[in-house]
Parts: sequence; structure tokens; C-alpha cells
Amino acid sequence: MLQQVDRVEGLQRVNDFVVKFANVNGSGSASANALFAKAVLRMGVASTPRNIFPSNIQGLPTWYEVRVSEAGHLGARGGGIDLMAAMNPQTWDDDVKSIVPGGYLFYDSTKPMPRSKFREDIVVLGVPLTEMTNKAYSDPRQRQLFKNIVGLGALATLLDMDVPSIEGLLSEQFKGRQKLIDANFQALHMGIDWVKANMTHPIGLRMCKADTVGDRIFIDGNSAAGLGAVYGGATVCAWYPITPSTSLVEAFTRYATRMRFDKASGKSKVAIVQAEDELASIGMVIGAAWNGSRAFTATSGPGISLMQEFIGLAYFAEIPAVIMDVQRSGPSTGMPTRTQQTDITACAYASHGDTKHVLLIPDDPHECFEFSALSFDLADRLQTPVFVMLDLEIGMNERLCKPFTWDDNRKLDRGKVMTKADLDAGKVFGRYLDVDDDGITYRTYPGTHPTKGAFFTRGTSKDRMARYSEEGSDYQENMDRLLKKHRTAATMVPAAILQKAKAPTKLGAIYYGSTSAPMTEADEILNREQGVELDLLRVRAFPFGAEVANFIAAHDQVFVVEQNRDGQLRSMLINELEIDPKKLTKILHYDGTPITANFISKAIGARLEADKIVPLRKVGS
Amino acid sequence: MTYLAKPKLHHPDLHKNALGFTRRDYEGPVSTLCAGCGHDSISAAIVRACFELDLPPHRIAKLSGIGCSSKTPTYFLGASHGFNSVHGRMPSVLTGANLANRDLIYLGVSGDGDSASIGIGQFAHAMRRGVNMVYIVENNGVYGLTKGQFSATSDKGAKSKRGIENSDEAIDLVGMALQLGATFVARSFSGDKGQLVPLIEAALKHQGAAFIDCISPCVAFNNHEGSTKSFDFVREHNEALNVLDVITGRPEIVIDYAPGTVEMVTQHDGSVLRLRKLSPGYDVHDRIGALSYMQERQAAGEMVTGLLYVDPNPRDLHAHLKTVDVPLNELDDAALIPGAKALDAINASLR
Repeated sequence: MLQQVDRVEGLQRVNDFVVKFANVNGSGSASANALFAKAVLRMGVASTPRNIFPSNIQGLPTWYEVRVSEAGHLGARGGGIDLMAAMNPQTWDDDVKSIVPGGYLFYDSTKPMPRSKFREDIVVLGVPLTEMTNKAYSDPRQRQLFKNIVGLGALATLLDMDVPSIEGLLSEQFKGRQKLIDANFQALHMGIDWVKANMTHPIGLRMCKADTVGDRIFIDGNSAAGLGAVYGGATVCAWYPITPSTSLVEAFTRYATRMRFDKASGKSKVAIVQAEDELASIGMVIGAAWNGSRAFTATSGPGISLMQEFIGLAYFAEIPAVIMDVQRSGPSTGMPTRTQQTDITACAYASHGDTKHVLLIPDDPHECFEFSALSFDLADRLQTPVFVMLDLEIGMNERLCKPFTWDDNRKLDRGKVMTKADLDAGKVFGRYLDVDDDGITYRTYPGTHPTKGAFFTRGTSKDRMARYSEEGSDYQENMDRLLKKHRTAATMVPAAILQKAKAPTKLGAIYYGSTSAPMTEADEILNREQGVELDLLRVRAFPFGAEVANFIAAHDQVFVVEQNRDGQLRSMLINELEIDPKKLTKILHYDGTPITANFISKAIGARLEADKIVPLRKVGS
Repeated sequence: MTYLAKPKLHHPDLHKNALGFTRRDYEGPVSTLCAGCGHDSISAAIVRACFELDLPPHRIAKLSGIGCSSKTPTYFLGASHGFNSVHGRMPSVLTGANLANRDLIYLGVSGDGDSASIGIGQFAHAMRRGVNMVYIVENNGVYGLTKGQFSATSDKGAKSKRGIENSDEAIDLVGMALQLGATFVARSFSGDKGQLVPLIEAALKHQGAAFIDCISPCVAFNNHEGSTKSFDFVREHNEALNVLDVITGRPEIVIDYAPGTVEMVTQHDGSVLRLRKLSPGYDVHDRIGALSYMQERQAAGEMVTGLLYVDPNPRDLHAHLKTVDVPLNELDDAALIPGAKALDAINASLR
């Protein structure tokens, strides 16, 4: 029954390891896995889970990787797995292979496995989960679901986790349903008791209580962005289902249904429409925003492609539109459940004609909330499409982040809107008249005034009074003003964040979005292992503020770390800031898995070796 | 230069409506379409309908796609906001606009290329959602701006100006609108102002998805022998189902009609449609009957016009979505932002 091949000296680590659960899609493992990640947090230690899953509903392999890090590293570490909970026979061989030497293999030992299925250099932890649940439960579904909880109990004991923390989580999850709570406790303790009776515990990987989590919250970026849209005042959401953005709209729907419910009438202060495609989604957003509602859509790369013509119209007709792009890989079947940063240029220069758009690039759920809410102010303020650039890594994984905040004195900034009173007071209205010399003109909402302020909205064939014109001079004047507006935008978007090295250095790194956490960890590794001093600049928006050009000017070599093949942000830096391409070194990761700290530190380290650039601070000094 | 303002000087004795506007106040700049274009007659009919219904021009939003027909909103209702969107996508923009402010009247103008080809998807989905709007297709069976290609509503066997015969089956937007759940469906002819104006009026008073397919001959590319969308052909094959009067509270002119020949339909907003039936036995509330009658007559070579179907009490998209009565674009910060306290509660639930 029990096959414990544990003659190996296992890894000894406290509060710093990577656990991976290999599961079968649809087996109910997700909630037990999430419990594990949350229980780590309840012990005061940062844990970052990652869902690794195929485009499938039931039956195929999925993985749930949890990084436990008291040091607070939230990005993917890279390298092998310290403890593999191998619950899926389909992927057994590869899962076992991915364990680091000295790592641990946790598995269901009900059915004996041939010795050849194991490795000599790892510690094997067999627990007869199926046998236990088959004895305890008769209903097949219960057997399946409780097996996950029994497993959690066993694993928690092996890792010396705090059982009351897990029990607390279960009680919260099934609040008011005591029978369910009791049943889950029973299963949990079945696992705990078995390990206590039959195995040496705890193993070399151990948890102990710490106090590094603080008041931080644990949420996925899509939910945070959906909530941000509620706080940003969105009243119209039009969308078309596409992974990995669907859960953003689902979260918006969940929050808005509750928070925008009008008790008196039983009606809703929001309109959410599942459109027939992405073309219609963005069309509805544009129509609603033209008419004075705050409106948004959420999509991914293929949706962005479909929206191109409309995005151009919104740019030239100067209509606010918020587009949340949760980036993934590829068109068609693509790799919809894998993460990338591949829509950066596609969004920045979306559509035909001379267009440039505003991008906001959050790096964690906290910023997803902030930038989502902010995007509506910016779109109204600038009267143009604004993209919030998430990716699957941030969007679909729960992540520890600062709590959300809201200043009750904050007002929604509706931008330059001329009201009936303004028009009655005799203010001159010309839809494309640049009265403030910032490129941003006044608009009126339809239906404002019986005789004044009406205008006709169209593409580029117009003069500054919005009359139809095909005059070259009118066209050019308009295009130049739009460029001026884009420069104004650079002063309004969130500035890039600088993190200076401890010592002065001529080396820098630019990065953005979900590269953020692994980048800061990679910086620590480079400093620790190679003595490299690196100034870091996290770009948070396009157009680039002056601080980005200044940063590049202040350094001899700047690594641009991205999760795409072509160095999209690097191209934009070269293009927009007239940077010598030689100065910007590409560090690119684009296999669909999240970029890791190990990858970045190795890649930068190797480049520095190859270029023979001597760090300013000598090793060991 | 393609912008021509009309003279603002009006005859002092021009008739004024209840709002004090003359018909000229509902016009726009001079049309740049070809002289004699059927579309200009439709624009004139829209102007007249809005004037006669005493609609405040600024409470109408006019939206269109791309094409000759979609240019026309510039030429009427100069005091209304207008939106020339992208090709085939007017329905989605109109839907969004309607979601933002349910209190305006939405007039969508499209063409046969714009709605039956590139925009057939959006046409279909706007109808099935029940967007409260008047959707007029100015149907000439031909692409005018690109000089005479067949459109998807061209009849099979119809000849182009250059003598080429159309080999594709025609799409019948009226049939689609009926099948997809539009709650007001009509077909008319730009050359029949007497029929078209009351149909537009009735559609404007309708509180759901109202669709009018208006055959509108293209004098430049589709008004020749062999065309099935020419003035002559339509006049010869037009079978009017009914004669419509829209009564909106003004004193009614009483005329005696033979029993069974007149039906009064009261719409949700209180307007009354008086239908004088020209085709005995036709039931204007029978969606399936409308479809089969229209197809039978079409097979016989006739084109049925008039009010084909009406549901006087439709449910629109806002009713389906259960949105509040106040327009969403009028909700203030207090109504929209849940505030710091609610956010703190959410934070607490995420630990």
C-alpha cells in the first residue's frame, strides 16, 4: 500500500518553496487548491497561486502552482517544483520529472505503482486517498470532492501548516451550512490523522507562522478591474465572451448587480449587454459614450483585431471608450489560456490612418482597480479610447496586493462637456475648436439644447465646427491637433515608477505589467549573485512621460524586459522617443508561461557576461 | 467642398407646429445626392413626419452607417445630433446610444449594402434585442457611391445598368425583421409620400424596434429597363396593403368607412393608428401570416407595401435589462460610486 521511497535527504526550507498540484479539469480540485493558498496567507506568509490550464472544460490536465514566499516574492520563480502533488495519471511522468532533486512527490498511493514510475533523487510521499474516501463515502461525487479535502489535510500536516487556519477558511466558505462544514472538517481530519499515524512529519518543507501579509488583500486582476469599473462610474458594458477576459465582465456584473441596484424600483443602474461579436461590443461602447454614459468592453487580442475600424473612428471622432484587454497568446485556437504581452503595439497604434492611443498598464490587482477606475476619467478627459492592458497572469490569478482605497471626495471627471447653461450663457461651441490650446475640445451630449450645440459626428472629413469638409487644410489641422492632444495625454497618465539601485549605475531595466514581480526579484538575484547594480523603471502608461526618456538618457544600457517575441515596447520606445536601438537590449520571454525571476536574472546575467560590461560595484567588494 | 448651407430666410407665413417650429426648422444643409435620388424624398418624408408629430428636433438622435443612404442624416434635422458611424455598424452604435439615454428618439438610417451585406449581423441582432428605434433602410438594390455594383437586396435576374444579370438570390430584410422579432415592420416606396410619411410617424411613435424597408430607386445606376428597383417597375408592381393615418390627440376628421375596412390600433404611447385596409382579411398583428402573405405575393411578382406587422405593446431592450427609468447618462456620482465604506467591506472579504 504505502510506497515511501524516502531514503533521500529532502530539501529543508521554511516558508520558501513552490508547490504544484497536478489535477484533472472538472474534478473539483480548484477549491481545495485555493484553500491551500489561502491557508498559507492566513499563516502570515505570502502565497501566489497560478492556474495553468488548457482550453477545455472537463477531463484534461490542469495545474495549480503555489509559490510560498515569506520574503514576499509574488512573481513566478522558475526552475523546478519543490513539492508536486501528482493527482493526474495522464501527466504523471512529466510532473515527476519537473521536481527538483531533493524535492517531494505527494501522490495517492491507493493503487501500487511500479518502481520505474518514481525517481531515486526525490522524497516520495504516498497517502491512500482513494482508499480512505471509498471507505468513508458511498456517493461517487462525494468521494471525488472529499478526496481533495482529505489530501489537503494530509499535505497540511506534512508541511506543518496551521490546521485552525484551514478550518477557519472552511467555516467562512460554507457559512450557515453547518452540515457542509462538519463534513469538510471530517474529511480534513481524516487526512491529518492518517499522516500523523503513518508518516514522519513534518517533512523538510515547512510552514511556520509569520507576519508578512499585513492588511493586504487577495484577489485576481480581472475581478479588481471589474470592481474598478463600478467605481469608475461605468453604466454601459458591452462584451463578447473570450478567454481570458470573460471573468472581468462576470465580476463587473456581480459587483454592479449588487452595488447598482435601485431598491425603490427594483431596477438596475447599469446596462450589460452580451453582444453578437466584438465589433458590436465596441460599437455599443462608442454609441453609449457618445451619448454621455461611461462605457467599456473587455476583450483579448482577437477581439482587439476585430475592433480595429471602430477604434479608429472613436479616435478621430473623439469619443471616450474604455477597452480592457486581457492579453493572451494567438489567434483562432491560439493559446487562449496562456499569458503574453503581445497586444502592446496592436493597441497603441490600433486602426488605419495615423492613430495613437492611450494605454494604462497595471502590474497587480490593486493597480487593475486603480487604472480601471482611472481609465474612465482619462477617456472622458481626453475624449479618446483608453486601453487597460492586463494579461492572463494578472487577470486570472489571485494575487496578494495592497487593499483598494477610495477617497469619498473624489469626483468623476467628465471632461469638457458643454451644458445647456453654458450654451444659454452664449459660450461659443465648435466641436473641434481647440479653445484651451491643449488639443482637447468641448463636446455636447445629444439632446442638450433645443437650438444650440448640435453637431454631426463623423470620421476625418470635417472642419473644426464639425461641418462636412474634405479640404486638405481642415484634415491636416485636425490631425495636428490630435497629436497635440496625445502630448497632453502624456502629462495625465500615471508616470513610470523608478526604483534606484543601491549604488550609482549606468545599467537600467524597463519593464511593465506582469513582468513587475519577477523583475524585482531578478534584480535581487543579479545583485546577490553577480553584484549587478540595476536601476529599474516600471512603465505604467503610453504615451510615455518625460521620465522615460530621461531614464534612458541617464543609462548606457537599458534592458527592456517583455513577454512577447518582437520587443513591442522597445520598438515603441525607439519610435516615440528617437532612441538609438543599440541602447535598448531585448530580454524576451514568449512561450505562454509567465516570465520568471530565474529567467530574467539568467538572461540579463548572460548578456552582461557576453557584452563584458563590468558592473560598477565589483563582486565581493 | 461638399457642404452647402441652406438659406436661413423663411417665408414669414410658413405654418408652425405646436412647438412653434416650421418645417424648415427640421431640415438640414442642401443634399449632395444626385438630383432625383429617391433618398432625398425619404429625407423629406422624415422632415415632414417629425414636423407633424411636433417632435423637438434636439430630442432626436440620427445615426447611420456608410453609403449614399447613410449620408442623408446630414440633410435633415439640422438641430439634432447625428452620427455617421462605420459601414454596417450603425445598429450597435445606436444600441449603445439608446442604452445611455432611453429618453431620446433614435432614428437609424441605413442602406441595402449597409444592412443586408456588411451589416447583416448587426441588423439582425438589433432587431432581436428590441432596441427602441426607427430603422429605415433606403433600399435601391445597388451600391451607388462605388458606382453600380449589385447589392444583396437585388433580385435574382435583375439587370445592372451595364446589362449584367444578377445571379444571386435576394435578401429580404422585411422577412428577416419579421422573423427576428421586430415589433413594427413596414415596407414603402420613396415615390409614395402619402404612404411613407404616416408610416414613419407611426414608427416614431412605436416604443420598440420599428423597421421600414423603403424602396428608393437609384437614378444614376438602377432606374433602367430590367431593374426591379426602378421607379417604373415599383409603381407597376406595388400592392399596398393598407392606408395609414396616425392620430396623436389632434381633432380627428371623421369619415365613414364600410364596416371591417378600418382598424384602430392604439400604441403604447397613446398614439392611434387608423388602418384602412386595402387587402381584406390581412391581419396586421399576425407575424407568421405577414411572412407567408408577403412571400406569396412576391412569388406572384408583386411587392407588398404598407404596415405589415405591429405589436402595439412591445417590450424593448431596457425592459429586458430592467434598467432604471432615469437615463443612465444622467446618474450622478452618488448614484454611481459605492464609496469607501463599501470598498472596505470588500477588502475585508478578501483576506
